[in-house]
Amino acid sequence: MTLGLIVWKSLRQHALSTIVTALSIALAGGLLMSVWAVKEQSQATFTGVNEGFDAVLGARGSKLQLVLNSIFHLESSPGNLAWQDYQDIAHNPGVELAVPIAVGDNYHGYRLVGTTLDYFTQAEYALGQKFAVQAGGALFDPARREALVGDFVARKMGMKVGDTFHPFHGLIFDEKNQHAETYVVTGILRPSNTPADRVIWIPLEGIQKMAGHDPKAATEISAVLVKLKAGSAMAGFRMDMVYNKQGSRLTFAWPIGRVVADLFDKIGWFDKVLALISYLVAVVATASILASIYNSMNERRREIAILRALGARRATLFAAILLESASISALGMMAGFLVYAAILSVVAQIMRAQTGVVIDPFKFSPIMLWAPMGLIALGMLAGVVPAVKAYRTAVAENLAPLS
Amino acid sequence: MAMTLLEISQLKKSFTAPDGAEHVVVDIKEFSLTEKEQVALQGESGCGKTTFLHLIAGILKPDSGTIKIAGQEMSAMREAARDRLRATTTGYIFQVFNLLQGYTCLENVLLGMSFGPGTDRLFAEALLQRVGLGHRLHHYPRQLSTGQQQRVAVARALANRPKLVLADEPTGNLDHKNATESLQLIRQTCLENGAALLLVSHDREVLAQFENVREFAAVNQAAQEEGRL
Repeated sequence: MTLGLIVWKSLRQHALSTIVTALSIALAGGLLMSVWAVKEQSQATFTGVNEGFDAVLGARGSKLQLVLNSIFHLESSPGNLAWQDYQDIAHNPGVELAVPIAVGDNYHGYRLVGTTLDYFTQAEYALGQKFAVQAGGALFDPARREALVGDFVARKMGMKVGDTFHPFHGLIFDEKNQHAETYVVTGILRPSNTPADRVIWIPLEGIQKMAGHDPKAATEISAVLVKLKAGSAMAGFRMDMVYNKQGSRLTFAWPIGRVVADLFDKIGWFDKVLALISYLVAVVATASILASIYNSMNERRREIAILRALGARRATLFAAILLESASISALGMMAGFLVYAAILSVVAQIMRAQTGVVIDPFKFSPIMLWAPMGLIALGMLAGVVPAVKAYRTAVAENLAPLS
Repeated sequence: MAMTLLEISQLKKSFTAPDGAEHVVVDIKEFSLTEKEQVALQGESGCGKTTFLHLIAGILKPDSGTIKIAGQEMSAMREAARDRLRATTTGYIFQVFNLLQGYTCLENVLLGMSFGPGTDRLFAEALLQRVGLGHRLHHYPRQLSTGQQQRVAVARALANRPKLVLADEPTGNLDHKNATESLQLIRQTCLENGAALLLVSHDREVLAQFENVREFAAVNQAAQEEGRL
């Protein structure tokens, strides 16, 4: 009770410096946890996104570009491949499912991706989960100009079943490049929290034969999404050999997760810079605890002397200062979770809008344990110097003047 | 026959002056106090009275000599044990009260208890009631008059049921009326709680109220030397 009371009174008496110092700890802790969690979750989420496929076959070029274009619907397509290439890989005995896709048009910046119904009826974007159409809608008819709209696009553009729209040419929206064709929305996809939510899906032929497109490309596709048969890792190795090492016309990006992981390896330095900044903020915040308590020690000498005169031991006062600095850190870390939640919520929204990938701001991460523990320990460490000063305070000299 | 509570022998304490010279402040051959006895020490400012009380309280360590309180030889104790003895055996009333400004009246008393045998809220409230502050339990010192602050200090000094209460010019900051009342309160509450009282003062009106007044200079060899110089 005694220690708690002394600490509580001291925190109250120095409320302003307590709040300011705790806020600096909150910022440091919030930043530290955010940087770590964003890195951890985005890496885990992005490398786990594959829409249910193991590999992508595309034109010769960068594997990363191929994956970003055909799985994440970002970046431009590295080029086209022939329909025959699709048929070849679709009939490969190691392949369970091959789905062609074609890109090249957009609607107000949201991509139109042409594909076959297999994408919705066969592929599982997560274990046991297939893309599904929301109530009141239906899959498109491959022979008609119909579209299935991703949940995110539907909400952002206010699209609903029965609406019609004109696609725009290219992957970047330019209102001057509107196509004449009219598409009818037949369904809205249920949210999958994958990049598919940010896409308008139309029949493959729709992209291939859109007015204004090169007639020579009418039988070409942008990529083939490939799912290998279970336990057919060897098939992946063989195709890697055939397409990437022996061939020179196509690129086989496999496995998708490793291709994305390579991206994180390349930008790993950025994480390190962010982490370094967080550590520096944590050190500065800890130093502010030391400064604020140390600066108040002069005004506290009398109080310490009175407590000693009442019978308080030096060790008690030493412990009280340590507990006080740890308490400031702990208070700061409580607010730090609010900072963390705010940062993660904003990052999650931006990430979802830009990539369709969803991260959970409230998902537990070990950083949520060791960041508070680390900062509280650092805070306590910062209290050592003022605690020593309290320990050494001479009682008689700091009580009333001698008579 | 009353038992000896405080027994001092060959007590010496000196300080080093800024010029490096040793300055003996306390040099007492013998001094004692029996249980429940009330003694006033008379002495002018700067004659070492506060240092003497600090030595008895264990706040200062003597250069030599012995101080026995309730049979416990203090100068041989480690600091932590002296702290414990001070908290359990001695109550201290300061001239400037030395109340903790961030604590309420009740908290000031309870905090004093917490370093001793433990907090007893009912007794703390009863003490504050006794000194006339039952309606000011949750007031902060700054919200009290000087006389009321002095009474909180009295309650705090008695909170651990000490055997000995040390009072250092306890009425020095009070007007005549408050000083008289306060002194009566200190003496009465010490009697009620079975505590001996050792009060130091240079105020003749205060000293006049004590049956047992000793001249500090007569007790303190160092003060005699000072006087001769």
